[in-house]
Amino acid sequence: MRIVEVAKITENIKEMCIEANHFLSRDMEECFQRAVEKEESPLGRQVLGQLQENLEIAGRDMIPICQDTGMAVVFLEVGQDVHFEGGSVEDAVNEGVRQGYTEGFLRKSVVKDPLIRENTRDNTPAVIHYSLVPGDEVKITVAPKGFGSENMSRIFMLKPADGIEGVKEAILTAVREAGPNACPPMVVGVGIGGTFEKCAFLAKKALTRDVGVRSEIPYVKEMEEELLEKINRLGIGPGGLGGRITAMAVNINTYPTHIAGLPVAVNICCHVNRHAVRTI
Amino acid sequence: MDKHITAPLKEDEIKDLRAGDYVFITGTIYTARDAAHKRMKEALDAGESLPFDVKGNVIYYMGPSPAREGRPIGSAGPTTASRMDRYAPELLDLGLKGMIGKGKRTQEVRDAIVRNGAVYFAAVGGAGALLSQRIKSAEVIAYDDLGAEAVRKLEVEDFPVIVVMDSQGNNLYETAVLEYRQE
Repeated sequence: MRIVEVAKITENIKEMCIEANHFLSRDMEECFQRAVEKEESPLGRQVLGQLQENLEIAGRDMIPICQDTGMAVVFLEVGQDVHFEGGSVEDAVNEGVRQGYTEGFLRKSVVKDPLIRENTRDNTPAVIHYSLVPGDEVKITVAPKGFGSENMSRIFMLKPADGIEGVKEAILTAVREAGPNACPPMVVGVGIGGTFEKCAFLAKKALTRDVGVRSEIPYVKEMEEELLEKINRLGIGPGGLGGRITAMAVNINTYPTHIAGLPVAVNICCHVNRHAVRTI
Repeated sequence: MDKHITAPLKEDEIKDLRAGDYVFITGTIYTARDAAHKRMKEALDAGESLPFDVKGNVIYYMGPSPAREGRPIGSAGPTTASRMDRYAPELLDLGLKGMIGKGKRTQEVRDAIVRNGAVYFAAVGGAGALLSQRIKSAEVIAYDDLGAEAVRKLEVEDFPVIVVMDSQGNNLYETAVLEYRQE
């Protein structure tokens, strides 16, 4: 058994909220470079150029990449041999978000109640996903999620007879409808299988996968590649102003499902696909 | 085509703008997003005046991140315009001439743009750090309690936007996509 002070969770999450909102991970930066090289539309190239310059300014002057610094989505993969001390883990996570968003000059975009809509003024609470894994470490992923793209995400409860073609069409439908609203070039996270809520979780989790890494399942890898190509033939382009680069990656996660169902969730992320990962 | 215009907008300048133009705006613009639009609508319904006269003006759909010391504003990119579609036609009929946001608009908004000789610009979504540097000053003029959603008066210099819907009814989101579609 290993003892982990919850204060350590707070400290790390605070830093990770600030880090994720000012610096993209290296795989995303490389993806941008490839996008600039491939884009044919002059306006599209201008948009991509602005976005690259934007990333430089964000890191240099510590101005958030996007003013929508998101709702903080936190994945905690907790080793089953870990024992937490010093208070509640949930409180520790939220304290980290509170400190990160307040001290890091990040926008507070969370309302206390979905209908009464009063701002909580510190961007709490986070959306926290816990999972238990073997070992004595805690893997923390902080993925601030902007809502321009979140609003364009979809769940489709397909029939088994819809098959792989139905799944592909559902994904293309979601991207087509998202169009310029989701701040393309996008990253498309997809969950296939499980139940209604499981496929949504799989899609969200898929967005935290390195955009240069394909699925280990051969048919899923093929589908990721084929869909990226098809999405980039939709013509939406950077900023939705026309062009070849509409998405930078399609990441698909799958899970066993029921004999009667084929759930598909498409979680769309803008080009500011933020995530910071640390293991403590 | 690159163009430079000043805000508030002049009618003859708006007439010359075409979907696809890359435009640099210098002058005064105002911010308002969801919650501010809701309050402005309530004010109009109650027969009260708006926090600023919309005539000839441009509304930027934007809620910034907090400013660091010594800076006028934090990250300041556009938010999705469609959430303001319910309110935009009434404001356009009152004389609003320009909107800056991102994403699609309804047919009602497009009709109101044409009817009133107005224009809808897109700023590049997710370029908030770059765009913040073109904002020279920012002052909250109404609804301070809304935080990021308060109405701000901005002085901008060479603020880069793209004409999406012009006063003739052209829509770049529709035409540009067709040019590159290979389905």
